[in-house]
Amino acid sequence: MSELVLKGGRVVDASGTREADVAIDAEGRIAAIGPNLDGDRVVDCGGCVVAPGLVDIHTHLREPGREEAETIETGSRAAALGGYTAVVAMPNTEPAIDSAGIVREVLDLGAKALCDVRPAGAITVGREGERLAPLAEMAALGVRLFTDDGTGVQDSRLMRRALEYASSLGVVLAQHCEDAGLAAGGHMHEGEWSSRLGIPGVPAEAEELMVQRDIALCRLTGAPVHFLHLSTARSVELVRQAKADGLPVTAEAAPHHFTLTHEVVQGYDPVFKVNPPLRTLVDVEAVAIGLADGTIDAVATDHAPHSQEAKEQPFDEAPPGMLGLETALALTLERFPVERALALLSWQPARVAQLAGEHGAVAEGRPANLCVIDPTATWSVDPEKLASKSRNTPYAGRTMTGRVRHTFLRGEPVVLDGEAQR
Amino acid sequence: MRHLLSISDLGREGIEELLDLTDSFVEVAERRIPKVPALRGKNVVSLFYEDSTRTRLSFETAAKRLSADTMNFSVSTSSVKKGESLKDTVETIEAMGIDCIVVRHGSAGVPWQIASWVDASVINAGDGWHEHPTQALLDCYTIRQELGGFTDKRIAIVGDVKHSRVARSDVLAFTALGASVTLVAPPTLLPPSLEGWPVDVSHDIDEVLPKVDVVYLLRMQKERQTEALLPSLREYTATYGLTRDRARLLQEHALVMHPGPMNRGVEIAAEVADLPRSVITRQVANGVAVRSAVLFLLLGSGSDLHV
Repeated sequence: MSELVLKGGRVVDASGTREADVAIDAEGRIAAIGPNLDGDRVVDCGGCVVAPGLVDIHTHLREPGREEAETIETGSRAAALGGYTAVVAMPNTEPAIDSAGIVREVLDLGAKALCDVRPAGAITVGREGERLAPLAEMAALGVRLFTDDGTGVQDSRLMRRALEYASSLGVVLAQHCEDAGLAAGGHMHEGEWSSRLGIPGVPAEAEELMVQRDIALCRLTGAPVHFLHLSTARSVELVRQAKADGLPVTAEAAPHHFTLTHEVVQGYDPVFKVNPPLRTLVDVEAVAIGLADGTIDAVATDHAPHSQEAKEQPFDEAPPGMLGLETALALTLERFPVERALALLSWQPARVAQLAGEHGAVAEGRPANLCVIDPTATWSVDPEKLASKSRNTPYAGRTMTGRVRHTFLRGEPVVLDGEAQR
Repeated sequence: MRHLLSISDLGREGIEELLDLTDSFVEVAERRIPKVPALRGKNVVSLFYEDSTRTRLSFETAAKRLSADTMNFSVSTSSVKKGESLKDTVETIEAMGIDCIVVRHGSAGVPWQIASWVDASVINAGDGWHEHPTQALLDCYTIRQELGGFTDKRIAIVGDVKHSRVARSDVLAFTALGASVTLVAPPTLLPPSLEGWPVDVSHDIDEVLPKVDVVYLLRMQKERQTEALLPSLREYTATYGLTRDRARLLQEHALVMHPGPMNRGVEIAAEVADLPRSVITRQVANGVAVRSAVLFLLLGSGSDLHV
């Protein structure tokens, strides 16, 4: 008899959908999947989807350095409540995750978290775009994704070298695509609304130029490239073509880029300031199509907590970024059927982040990293009730459909009935 | 109406109501003692995060003509220098019991943020590149005074539209009142998108000048050269400046306007600025009356102007 049985749910993963109970053993592994399983403890999953835990390839946990906005503990609690069992922590901390020492610090703090925390390493020292960071040293500690996120590697020659060097390490370089010269001084998407609101804009081409360049560098070096938070229609088209050409590229998009347009900036609330910025309806739809047709591999939150003080500044002084971990699932379900949504939120990002051995499947013998979703539950976003330490959600008051009921991390119920257990 | 943040808060009727009200304050200005008690006991604070002499003085004079108390929060000598946040500053000021904040800030949208934080009325005295509604109102008043109205009138706005809050408010106001507006500027000084702007665009000032009733010149800032928006100010003057020769292309009745401060010799030749058709000082004089009308409209509910 097993420790724990998830009873009466509909199991969904990459292998398909089936009505089945899931039994978890004392080691936190999936012991059995099938009808009429019994255990010491039964968790009712009637009417729910039992899915592999979600995997976020793009989370800002802010620790070390910006603990007033988020910590690994609070961010991982938000993640678990959002259905995530693994997050990749972006390296734009203070100091940046650009050495083995900082990687160890994040791994240590992550060991006590409510989900697996996998640090991404910086490509360049201090994310300054000048010298290569010790990629091999960090890779030896298990780092599988490197990025200077927050900024793109501007120097094409340095990016080429980074790709060449990384190609022997079995890791992937991820790019925040933004041509710094063209984007300089901008605070929102350049177009109709920036012109009307008098806010300096960032043209879509600032992103597309670097997507195009990195596709060229991918072709040149043969090394894989992952594109972070694609936000424009032409970026999506460029990646679609690169994939058709057989290049080893992957891509992600954030929920806000298939949900919100630049029009929401008209009230000047910096909660809607984000980088890449919210764009046009054409871009929003193109991102959604890219997610539907397989051009974009994953929904990634770009969860970017900022303190109240930081977001109560004038629009052009406030830092970009919005919360995402607790709302991503519902927003993805708003757009896509549940199987597609879970592919984009769980097993596809698990593959990109090279976490597919631990996360992204419901299968016997695998760690029980699972989430149980009530796809019809409706709820309203109340910033005060979010587990994140920050409140900068752009969805305050929005009614959402689809909610996480339980989350299991290696068999441990870290979320039960929508409540974090620690 | 509680705040004046944008010209679009007013609409055509609102603008016309305000211009009619302004007539009363022009009359007040002509009195021996140009003062009415309409806003006695009201407290108006000017909160200017950017240097401005004329707008700040204009608002303070307007408030004093209505017998309001005025406070001037000067950012350069204040707690802001010590790192106080905008929100804390505003809440501190409000705690002193004020009825109206007149705010100028270098960032677009700040008046909207302040309006969401306080109970007092907020008047936008210029936010970044975005809007400067009272400037547009005084421009409208001046044009109505000189030309009798806006129907069938053609107005050219010349210069750095991209970075101009005056241009954004003027376009909204002039077109709301029925004038047709042509923006005249090199492409680098136009907004990246003019979608939704009811205007024409020209890059040929010589072709536009003979057709217009008003030529409105915007201030050209020197730093536009270093941002590679212009090769040089000299080239700007040569291609878009209202030189003495170009001023001759204007119709007999056409007005020359400028929000000030002028760069004589750049966007406008010194001699042109001093021509009778130039109503630039008239604009300044009307500014006080227009701002009195705005303050009265926002704060004077129930009180009689002619007490």
